[in-house]
Amino acid sequence: MAKVQGSVQIVVERCKACGFCVEFCPTHVLALSSAFNAKGYHTPYMAHPEKCSGCDLCGMYCPDFAIFGFKPEVEKKANAEPVPSSEAVAAPPLVSTENKEEQDAR
Amino acid sequence: MHADPAGVLTGTHFLDGDHACCEGALAAGARFSSGYPITPSTEVVERFAARVPTVGGTFIQMEDELAASITLQGAVWGGAKAFTVTSGPGFSLMMEHIGYAAMTETPCVFVDVQRGGPSTGLPTLPAQQDMMQVRWGSHGDYEIIALCPNSPQECFDLTITAFNYAEKYRCPVFVMMDEVVGHMTEKVVIPAPEDIEIEPRRYTTLPPKEFLAFKPGADLVPDMPRVGEGYNVHVTGLTHDERGYPDMRPEVQAVLVKRLVEKITKNVDQITLFEEDQVEGADVVVVSYGITSRVAQKAIDMAREKGIKVGKFRLITAWPFPEKQIAAIAKKVKGIVVAELNLGQMVREVERAAAGQTKVRLVGHAGGSVHKPEDILKAIMEVAR
Amino acid sequence: MSEATVTIQNPVEQFLRMDRIPHIWCPGCGIGTSVNSFAHALTDANIDMKNLAIVSGIGCTGRVAGYVNLDSFHTTHGRAIPFATGLKLANPKLNVVVYSGDGDLFAIGGNHLIHAARRNIDLKVVCINNLVFAMTGGQTAPTTPGAVITATNPYGTYDPSFNLPYLVEAAGAVYVARWTAFHVKQLARSMEEMFAKKGFSFIEVLSPCPTLYQRRNKMGDGLDTMKFYKQVSKVRNGAPTSEVALTKSGEIVVGKFVDRERGERGDYGNLMHDSLAGALGEDYVETEACSCQ
Repeated sequence: MAKVQGSVQIVVERCKACGFCVEFCPTHVLALSSAFNAKGYHTPYMAHPEKCSGCDLCGMYCPDFAIFGFKPEVEKKANAEPVPSSEAVAAPPLVSTENKEEQDAR
Repeated sequence: MHADPAGVLTGTHFLDGDHACCEGALAAGARFSSGYPITPSTEVVERFAARVPTVGGTFIQMEDELAASITLQGAVWGGAKAFTVTSGPGFSLMMEHIGYAAMTETPCVFVDVQRGGPSTGLPTLPAQQDMMQVRWGSHGDYEIIALCPNSPQECFDLTITAFNYAEKYRCPVFVMMDEVVGHMTEKVVIPAPEDIEIEPRRYTTLPPKEFLAFKPGADLVPDMPRVGEGYNVHVTGLTHDERGYPDMRPEVQAVLVKRLVEKITKNVDQITLFEEDQVEGADVVVVSYGITSRVAQKAIDMAREKGIKVGKFRLITAWPFPEKQIAAIAKKVKGIVVAELNLGQMVREVERAAAGQTKVRLVGHAGGSVHKPEDILKAIMEVAR
Repeated sequence: MSEATVTIQNPVEQFLRMDRIPHIWCPGCGIGTSVNSFAHALTDANIDMKNLAIVSGIGCTGRVAGYVNLDSFHTTHGRAIPFATGLKLANPKLNVVVYSGDGDLFAIGGNHLIHAARRNIDLKVVCINNLVFAMTGGQTAPTTPGAVITATNPYGTYDPSFNLPYLVEAAGAVYVARWTAFHVKQLARSMEEMFAKKGFSFIEVLSPCPTLYQRRNKMGDGLDTMKFYKQVSKVRNGAPTSEVALTKSGEIVVGKFVDRERGERGDYGNLMHDSLAGALGEDYVETEACSCQ
């Protein structure tokens, strides 16, 4: 049986690199990347995506509403009609593209 | 629309001004008051506390005037017509929230039963010393409407007018009574509800998606949203845009504050109320308001008996000040006598409107009792010479 | 796992005025974190968002009203509670939350807080306590612990400070809890419990103020403070509130301290109606709301 895997979605431009999500992720999925957003903050990325359960503790900690965790299988069903948002972040829902190099590089 | 019969005590009564004011509020549809006791105003809310549970509404005595003046605004947004009453020291405490009402365009009524000041002053004795304060007391640029009754009957009538103006122009409106008008007992006729016109709250008919909470209509006044119905209104004392969202750029300030002022100044002709008598052809016109106008009437009668051509101009709306009318009078008379129970407040407005075109003579009074007619007569005679 | 092409939204965003994000709070400030807990509590408690109104005062926490997508009222400094009282009494079907800071609620607003608690007005009060007046630059507040540097105590504070849960319980609150911004889940649960409670309910939430309080006192940044909270907090549900005072670097007692009823008649609205109905009988006109035409 496949392990329930989770993922996070990051609105990179909102992040202020406070480090809460990195510190308090229970399975240490996240790290701050060497890439940075327009304001110069080093934003998080999934350093260990396989460890993510989608618990959304990162989302609960984030003071800037810049990251949230979810379980993609469940979300797909629940979000058959996505709620419109002024900053809806499009797929792929794993990691924002700016940090993809970090993933590819490893 | 007509008054709700539940709040109208139709009939002929023998009431003092404070009590009549309360009945005016109830007739106007007020169903919430938050108050704090202060002489000589307290009877207004004491009566309201006794009456409103049998009409359908709430009175709560708060812990101070700071609370009373903002609790009523919460009640307004909760859907009620609401008011409070106070006197000098309490009025001073309410100033910040008067500015909040002006900025958030919260329709509400404040009754100030003026007494001798400054500070604790003369708690049980009359004055008219808050007239400039009612206009300028809070910080910032804004406009208000202030009405001055001179009898218990007018305390009833003008309180209804105050509530109607508040709803129409979405601003704080003041009933500037004084201790004598508040405590004198006279005949008060309360009409049938169908003979009392009241202004309904200007609730929007637009659905939430289309509604902008602070976008004005043609009269420069925005419609109000109903709280609890999905409008998700945001009300703030910060400078804000048409959505109600804080936006602290000078260009937004320029638009907003100018509108808060102009919604009154541009509608001044619909707001101004006054009483004049024999102004046409007069040599002297006596300007007064509130209880002083009754003493002034006696002085005017005495002067007319002496053959002096005296006109009477009584301010019913002290604010916005009837500049046009005073300027027109100033062109034609030898002088204007201003009698007021203070050491010179509304006289400054008369001087300003007269713009040097005529003599303006103050008959002031430090407060504590009403003028002697002879003092006003003396001034009339000197000006008429 | 497939690459889903579904647009997924942060579940918190439905509660926010997204056209006003990003907000003004500093990096590492805990106010935004507390708003996440609030959003989760609203979802878990199944609160009718239409009937929820939020009232705040002035300050950093006061800005919460401007970011949540509810009927929201940003009032004057210290006076959120009396405004909320008027709103609730005129329209009792509204669920009224007061969300404000320690300075706003306990300094200038202290008098109003104790009277609303005394009366047991049905308000849900969330107090974000960052130990200073933050918005104005980090001045000493009634909650600032002793011997720290603030903008108005440049040589160190010496004012004794309030023990908020103790004060609020003594004034009459029926629900009193304290968490920190670290305790996101427990805070959400407390908020959920608070929604189910009738009467004056209060939750204190300790939050970092990295730009002012922490910086002036060389206590690191927001993350350092959150780790500090994790390290020194002790959950003591039911602890006597007299024993939960805070010091500069001592133990932080968190938990639900008070959850009680006050008499059979409950909150202020009921007290008022019962009393008037008892006195006036048939003559009492009880209305659902004090609404005008």
